[in-house]
Amino acid sequence: MSARITRRAGHRARYVTGRTLMYAALLFWAFVSLFPIYWTVTTSFKVAVDVTQGHLVPWVDFAPRWRGWRALGLSPETIVMSWPSRDEFLARFGNSIIASVGAALGAVALGSLAGYGLARFEYKFGPWRNKDISFFFLSQLILPPVVLALPFLILYKQLVLLDSKLGLIMVYVLMVLPIVIWIMRDQFIAIPFELEQAAYIDGATTWGAFLRVVLPIALPGMTAAFILSVILCWNEYFFASLLTSTDAKTLPVMLASQTGSQGIDWWSMAALSTAAIAPLVVIGVFLERYIVKGLTAGAIK
Amino acid sequence: MTAGSVSRLTVFPDRRAVSRAATGRALVVLASLLLAALCVVQVLNNLGAISFGFADWRPVAYVYLLWAVALGTGLVLIRGERGYHALFLLPALLFTIAMVIFPTIFGLYIASTDWNLSSLTGVHYNIVGNFRSMFHDAFYWNALTNMVWYTLSVPVQYGIAFGLALLLNSDIRARKFFRVVFLLPFMLSPVAVSWMIGKSIMEYRFGPAASLARFLGWDTPAFFASPWVARASIVAMDAWVWIPFMMVLLLAGLQALPHEVSEAAKVDGANPWQTFWKVIFPLMLPISVTAVILRVIFELKLADIVINVTAGGPGGATDTVSSFVYRVYRDRSNVGYGTMLAEFYLVLIIIFVGILLAAATRWLRRFN
Repeated sequence: MSARITRRAGHRARYVTGRTLMYAALLFWAFVSLFPIYWTVTTSFKVAVDVTQGHLVPWVDFAPRWRGWRALGLSPETIVMSWPSRDEFLARFGNSIIASVGAALGAVALGSLAGYGLARFEYKFGPWRNKDISFFFLSQLILPPVVLALPFLILYKQLVLLDSKLGLIMVYVLMVLPIVIWIMRDQFIAIPFELEQAAYIDGATTWGAFLRVVLPIALPGMTAAFILSVILCWNEYFFASLLTSTDAKTLPVMLASQTGSQGIDWWSMAALSTAAIAPLVVIGVFLERYIVKGLTAGAIK
Repeated sequence: MTAGSVSRLTVFPDRRAVSRAATGRALVVLASLLLAALCVVQVLNNLGAISFGFADWRPVAYVYLLWAVALGTGLVLIRGERGYHALFLLPALLFTIAMVIFPTIFGLYIASTDWNLSSLTGVHYNIVGNFRSMFHDAFYWNALTNMVWYTLSVPVQYGIAFGLALLLNSDIRARKFFRVVFLLPFMLSPVAVSWMIGKSIMEYRFGPAASLARFLGWDTPAFFASPWVARASIVAMDAWVWIPFMMVLLLAGLQALPHEVSEAAKVDGANPWQTFWKVIFPLMLPISVTAVILRVIFELKLADIVINVTAGGPGGATDTVSSFVYRVYRDRSNVGYGTMLAEFYLVLIIIFVGILLAAATRWLRRFN
């Protein structure tokens, strides 16, 4: 009797230790994931003395000020005034939005068509079948940007596309297209073919059935592909830094050019970084479901 | 299930269909001739052989678009329903050919020259010179060696990602919160991460990581001064961004496992440790291989963090091939040589990933 009780107590103790360790690990990694973001956001409200003395908690060991945000012209008292650095920032922000959203739309359009074709029809392209064509698209993933970057410099110069948003959008479409095709093919395979057959019987053409019957059902997959593309393009730096200079410069390039200069105020860099990552943090918090869907498409068989 | 066999309209080759096919062929041929003629004119114009032609290559791009439309129309006219099917694939295919295949091949030409964007003397053929300087370029081989170190860090990242995925898959409270928080680093741009972590948290004087290291007894917490520490710091930042990616894949794999499996193991009296190694891990092998290979592919592209935090230093210890070629262009505008380095790297990557894929497929087949 007493032996059973001690054994149960032992079980209980082991269970409690196990749970404690698990939650400790979870909290530790949550700290690792969040601290840099917390640090950046709070640093944007610091002044020099708070930085040098390593103050961490606002209102407790330092009083938040708008110093960093004033440098960007985004603090409460400067927001009503005209402010050159704010115009610069907003122009870069706008470029980033145009480039990433434009590229995501383009990639989803091209990728949905190709994904549908690969999921539904049988192609013969010399010795190539569907499987080979799908692999061809996916194999683009291994191409490092550096291989294309220098030829693109020369080609874009000839095509007068250097430092243009259109040129950047085209490169970004190219960058995310393999992933989008992969996601969309997976999505279309999951849709039962009977739906289109019913539409054919009602007299719809191939394209009519695709546009009116299949696309609306594939919307979740398209959203996932779109969001993932926006994230990847928003963060892209390598091509943007080589192919743009004044007009089409995006936010990461602006951020990087500020990082390079020595002795830049931490608070204004922190404000700039916060502004650059804020849209993505919002997307991550509210659309996590779609990002996970996009990342895992086709990976589980 | 595919619709290729379902041809709803069986068109017998009557006279109208034959003439439509002829129109289609004529259209494609005509468009191809136009494109070819324009290219020849532009090349001759650039070489200075003829005086007419356009100032830039923009018109060629427009004619390529026109050619693509003609090709699509032609296919529909010639093949009917199968032409309509081809229209789905054609835009992505032509786009990829124009934007990837053509520049890569064009890159081979650039790599064989001494093309320098700041040089005024023009372009000369210099394949032997480029090749020889590549083999004697200690910094390039150093960067290639670094890629090996970076790639070897992937198994460690995989281990952490697997642990996190197991944690998220177990019976915990606030699962959604932890899932979102763990994913967040993947959303942040590497350039922002470069400043947030590399240039400020790891900063020698005031960075919290440096303060923590001092508190723990490391008196000179310089994260980017000695080669191995610098490399490890870069890997840490890169892993911080990319671990969530593998974690998401592995978590999806864990969630797709049938529940009965671990239940059955428990009934048989296996402890959690045995259950994991004998049951869960083998079942997770296919998705693990996918995750690791994808991660290796992305690791081989590593550039942004290195460019922005260390610029390859100290003494090239953290250089990646991408960041090195980036500097070859930025500092010397040497496009020809830079492209040679990049194309050679591409060949190495293709061989390496090819071997990796073949080995993984074989290994998985033996395992099952």
